[in-house]
Amino acid sequence: MKKLVILSDKDNVATSLVELAVADEVAVPLAGETHTVRINDVIPFGHKFAIRALVKGDEVLKYGEVIGRASQAITPGDWVHTHNVESVRARGDIT
Amino acid sequence: MNAEFLGYQRANGRVGVRNVVAILSAMDNTNPSAERIASMVTGTTVLSTPFGRGQIGADFEITLKTLSGIAAHPNVAAVLVLSLSLASGRDLAERIRATGKPVEVLGLQESGSAMAMTMEGVRIAARLVLAASELQRVACPIEQLTVAVECGGSDTTSGLASNPAVGRFADRLVDAGGTIILSEPAEFMGAEHILAERAVHPEDGQRIYDMVRWFEDEATRNGVDMRGTNPTPDNIEGGLTTLEEKSLGAIAKGGTRPIVEVIDYSDPPTKAGLVIMNTPSAACESMTGLAAGGAQIIIFSTGRGNAIGAPIAPTVKVTGNPNTARLMAENIDVDVSGILSSGLALDDAGEQVWQRIVKVASGALTSCEVLQEQQLSVSRFGPSV
Repeated sequence: MKKLVILSDKDNVATSLVELAVADEVAVPLAGETHTVRINDVIPFGHKFAIRALVKGDEVLKYGEVIGRASQAITPGDWVHTHNVESVRARGDIT
Repeated sequence: MNAEFLGYQRANGRVGVRNVVAILSAMDNTNPSAERIASMVTGTTVLSTPFGRGQIGADFEITLKTLSGIAAHPNVAAVLVLSLSLASGRDLAERIRATGKPVEVLGLQESGSAMAMTMEGVRIAARLVLAASELQRVACPIEQLTVAVECGGSDTTSGLASNPAVGRFADRLVDAGGTIILSEPAEFMGAEHILAERAVHPEDGQRIYDMVRWFEDEATRNGVDMRGTNPTPDNIEGGLTTLEEKSLGAIAKGGTRPIVEVIDYSDPPTKAGLVIMNTPSAACESMTGLAAGGAQIIIFSTGRGNAIGAPIAPTVKVTGNPNTARLMAENIDVDVSGILSSGLALDDAGEQVWQRIVKVASGALTSCEVLQEQQLSVSRFGPSV
């Protein structure tokens, strides 16, 4: 059974199709090679984890498109969600 | 040969997939009478709004357009309009009569009392239902179908499984000459460039950008961060982090064909193909506009699970989330969770949706219809005075 989905080669996140535990090791196809990513957080079903390192302000890519920007540094294997990614659209609170 | 379904041919050339008699209450104060009549007469459906008095200008016009649009719907055989007075019901009735279907009007004041109107209404509704039941279904080409695609209770499985499966259906219906309506432009935000590029007419591409910008500016005008409202708390729990991520998954349900037209809330499409309607993202308000625009069927893709459907337009629930397929089984019509759990091909999932829609168009009931998960919510665009 597939454990994860990566929708575009450009993506820096993968979607997990199972719940992953801390220290799980996941085989991730990246630029034609298979890398092993060690999971750093509990990743619930359907949630995302980083497959590349991001610094604060980097664009987060899924579907090969921008889904937001990193609000802090993110390392491969980190859970990627609202605590470390922010929307860049419809932000009446910061404009 | 193209597929066919068994539908009801209407006087105006359109085809219904249902044959109901609508009890249309023009305003809040006749809603109880409408509910009483419908509870006493099989084959009737109440169409109502909790407003209708003191509405002015564009807001009132949209309410009238929406209520008359749903009553004029090809799934409706005949209509009984209820209003406080005959004068206030006649405007709605005239709009519906243009379709050529039987329309009767009752005024509470002219009837003498709410109970008197109820009794009179029961007799009229019973007569309309008996007459409607004489009509038989006949074979109709699939191109007669207008299917709206909607999503709600979205999570990451929506963008990965159910929406792309519905998108396969959408492409196939458009290729067969039918019409698909995609709505909720606030949920194009972050993906609007992909849709705008597919607009056949450049001015429609610009309208797509403009509609999205209007919703985005609404966040600025109110000084709020749209997060927490959209994506909703259940979207976020389901793994969707930002509205951009939700949008990129949401647009997949419209398929990949060129966009032939962009229309306003509750307006009927004038062209076959993929059409975009400007609706709020709240599912019931959006589905109300889609039904008023004449969509005979609504496909509702859900991730975390959302049970509600529209009256008049049978609503078909599709999920790609294995947990929802199990926990909400009685609310789900098409389970495509195999895409994520067992390698079900998207094309095969699209075929599952197709087969279900042809059956529903020919009379098979949806979970929403059987369990009465139906809510009409006519959008308001201004205050009452």
